[in-house]
Amino acid sequence: MRHIISILLENEAGALSRVAGLFSARGYNIEAMTVAPTHDASISRMTVATRGSEEVMEQVLKQLNKLVEVIRVQDLSDGPHIERELMLIKVHAVGPDREEVKRLADIFRGRIIDVTDRSYTMELTGTGEKLDAFIHALDPGMVIEVVRSGASAISRGAKGI
Amino acid sequence: MASPTATEQRPTAQHQEEELTGAEIVVRALRDEGVEYLYGYPGGAVLYIYDELFKQDIVKHILVRHEQAAVHAADAYARVTGKVGVALVTSGPGATNAVTGIATAYMDSIPLVVISGQVPVALIGNDAFQEVDTVGITRPCTKHNFLVKDVRDLATTLKTAFHLAATGRPGPVLVDIPKDITGHKTIYHYPEKVSLRSYKPTVKGHPGQVRKAMQMITGAQRPMFYTGGGVILANGAEELVKMVRTLGAPITNTFMGLGGYPASDRQFLGMLGMHGTYEANMAVQNCDVLVAIGARFDDRVTGNIAKFAPHAKIVHVDIDPSSISKNVRVDVPIVGDVRQVLAEMNQILGEMDHPTDARALAAWWAQIEDWRKRDCLHYTQNDEVIKPQFVIQKLYELTGGDAIVTTDVGQHQMWAAQFYGFDRPRRWASSGGLGTMGYGLPAAMGAQLAEPDSTVLCITGEGSIQMNIQELSTCLQYRLPIKVACLNNHYLGMVRQWQEFFYGSRYAMSYVDALPDFVKLAEAFGHVGLRADKPADVEPVIREALRLKDRLVFMDFQVDPVENVYPMVPAGAALSEMILV
Repeated sequence: MRHIISILLENEAGALSRVAGLFSARGYNIEAMTVAPTHDASISRMTVATRGSEEVMEQVLKQLNKLVEVIRVQDLSDGPHIERELMLIKVHAVGPDREEVKRLADIFRGRIIDVTDRSYTMELTGTGEKLDAFIHALDPGMVIEVVRSGASAISRGAKGI
Repeated sequence: MASPTATEQRPTAQHQEEELTGAEIVVRALRDEGVEYLYGYPGGAVLYIYDELFKQDIVKHILVRHEQAAVHAADAYARVTGKVGVALVTSGPGATNAVTGIATAYMDSIPLVVISGQVPVALIGNDAFQEVDTVGITRPCTKHNFLVKDVRDLATTLKTAFHLAATGRPGPVLVDIPKDITGHKTIYHYPEKVSLRSYKPTVKGHPGQVRKAMQMITGAQRPMFYTGGGVILANGAEELVKMVRTLGAPITNTFMGLGGYPASDRQFLGMLGMHGTYEANMAVQNCDVLVAIGARFDDRVTGNIAKFAPHAKIVHVDIDPSSISKNVRVDVPIVGDVRQVLAEMNQILGEMDHPTDARALAAWWAQIEDWRKRDCLHYTQNDEVIKPQFVIQKLYELTGGDAIVTTDVGQHQMWAAQFYGFDRPRRWASSGGLGTMGYGLPAAMGAQLAEPDSTVLCITGEGSIQMNIQELSTCLQYRLPIKVACLNNHYLGMVRQWQEFFYGSRYAMSYVDALPDFVKLAEAFGHVGLRADKPADVEPVIREALRLKDRLVFMDFQVDPVENVYPMVPAGAALSEMILV
C-alpha cells in the first residue's frame, strides 16, 4: 500500500542524506521525496511517498524515529489528509494544437506561465493521479519536458503534526 | 556543526572563560569527560591535537600500529569497563582504516567516540591530500556523526557525541575535525549536560505493559528466558539473576549476552542459536512463554524465522523500539532500559505470593534435563591429536573461569563461547554482529589496559590472528601481558566446515599454506612463544603462560585440522533441526 510520511527534522547539512541513506540501506522504496524548511528555519519538513506492507511501514517509521536529527514522524495515510503535487510541463504548441492545449489546461485548472511561438509551459497542481491524467490527455509527441515536485501533504483538521 | 538544538548548561565558574585552540579544546574535553585512555595513530590532520596530547599526561595515548586496532581496542575497553571508548585517527586512510572497527562497534551497540582529523575547511571537496568524505563513509555505521566547521561548536559537539554514544541504545559516534579548526581559538565551555529535542530515549518501561508481561510470565507452564547483549550494556545482570532465580525458569544467553547469567548455574542451558546447545534450542522451540530481554532475534539466533518458537507467546524488552517486532511478532513489547524494566518486573514479582506453577515447572525441567542428557558438546580427546575444545576447557579450568576473553572470528570463537563459561558480565569481548576477523588481539589490549590485574586471554586462530598481528608490537611497547591462545588447525576452519557440509568438501581457499612459525614470530616481537603439539603439552603450556605474569605469551596449539563445531543449525533450518555430533 502507498503511504505518505511526514518527517520533521533538524535543518542541518547531512540530515537529508541520513534519511535517503536509511531508505537505500534498508531496501525501502521511495516513490517521491520533497524537503524544505518550515516556518521555523531550524526545522525542515520532508514528505516521503513510499510503498510497503504494514510490517515494513512499522519498521520505516521506527527507523526514521531512531535517526538523531529526526524530531517527529507521522504516517499521514493513517488519517484524512490532503496531498498536492506541482508539475511544470512544456509542450509543443503549433497550429490547431495551441487552442486544444489551452482548453485542456483550463479543464485541469492549469495555467500557462510561458509562451513562445512554438510552445507552452504550464503549471498544474493536484494529486499525482490528476497530473498523470493530464499527461495522458496530451498526445505523447507533444511533451517536451516535465518536472514534478513529488507529493507534499498535510493532515486535515485543526491539529498540526 | 554542533547541533543548534543542544542546549548548554554552562558551568558558572568564571575561571573557564579562557581562549583555547581547537586542539586544546579536544584534549580538555577528553579530560573533563574523564577519559583515561585514547587509542590512536597520528597523521597530518591531527598534528595540533597530538601536540596538545604531548603537553599533558592525564589522558594517556596508546599508539597502535593500525587504526583498525585503535578502534577495536577502544571498543573492548568499553565492553569491559562500561565507559565510552575513545579513538583518534587522522584524515583519509586513517579514517578509512578505522571504518571496520566502527562498523564492528555499531553492530554490537558499543559506545565509542571516534575523533578523526579532516583536511582544512577550505579544502573540503577539493580532493585534497588525504581527504575522504569521512562523515559520508561512516554515516551508515555510526549511531551519529558530526563534521565540525566552527571551533565555537567543538566543545558542545564533543559533549553531544559522548551523550549519544552512551545513552539509549549505545553505539559509536564520530566527530570529524578539520585541521584548521584545531588551530582556531575560542572560549572553552564544556557543558555538563546536553539535551536534544530530537533525541529522547525511553528508559522507563510502560507500567501497564510491565504488569501484563509479568502476568504472562508467571502464568507460563513452560517459561524460557532468552537474553542478549542488552543485559550486559545496561548493567542488568544482577536484576536478571534475581528474577530468573525467583521464577526458577530456564535461561539461555545469546552470543552477545554471555555472562549476563552465570554459566555455572543449573538454570543456565548454554548459548542458543546456530551453534547453541541442544537443550537451549529445544527449550526455545517448546516453551509456551519466551522472555526476550535485550536481544534482537538475529538470524543466527532464530534459524528459520517462520519456525521459531512456534508455541510461544513472546515478551520482548528492549531499549530500541525498532528492534521490537522487526523479525518476530511479539505479544508484549516493552521499550525501556533493560535494568530499569527488570527492576520494575522484580518489584511486581516481589509482591506476588506464589508466582509460579510448581508442578508445571517441575515437568518442564524434567523434559529439559532429558535434552541435557544428550550432552551435545561432547567430544573425545585421545592421546594423539589436540582437540580444540579441550584447549578451551583447559584454559577455563586453569584460569579459574575468571579471565577476560577476547576472540577473533570462526570456529575458535564458537568453541570459546561454548566451552568458556562466563559467570559474570563484561568478561567477554567478541565481534558478534559484524564477525570481524582481526578483532581479538587489539581487543585484548583494550581489555588489559582496562583491567591490568586480570588475566586477559585472546582466543584466536591462525587465520584471524594474522589480520592484526602487527599489534604484537603495541603490546610490547605498553608491556601488556596478554595470553594469546591460537587454535592452529591450518584451515580457515569455519569456512572449511561449511565447505564440508554444504559445498561437497571442495575446500576452496580455506587451507592456509605457508604459515609463519608463530613461536619465532612472537619472539621476534619480543614476546614468549610456546607450542603444544600433543594433548599432553596443553596443560603445561597454559601453566607456563600463566606463570609468566608480566609477559605476553603466544601459545600455538596444533589442533585437529578437521574438527567441526557442533551442534549446528544449518542456515534456513529450524532451531530444532540441529546437526549433532
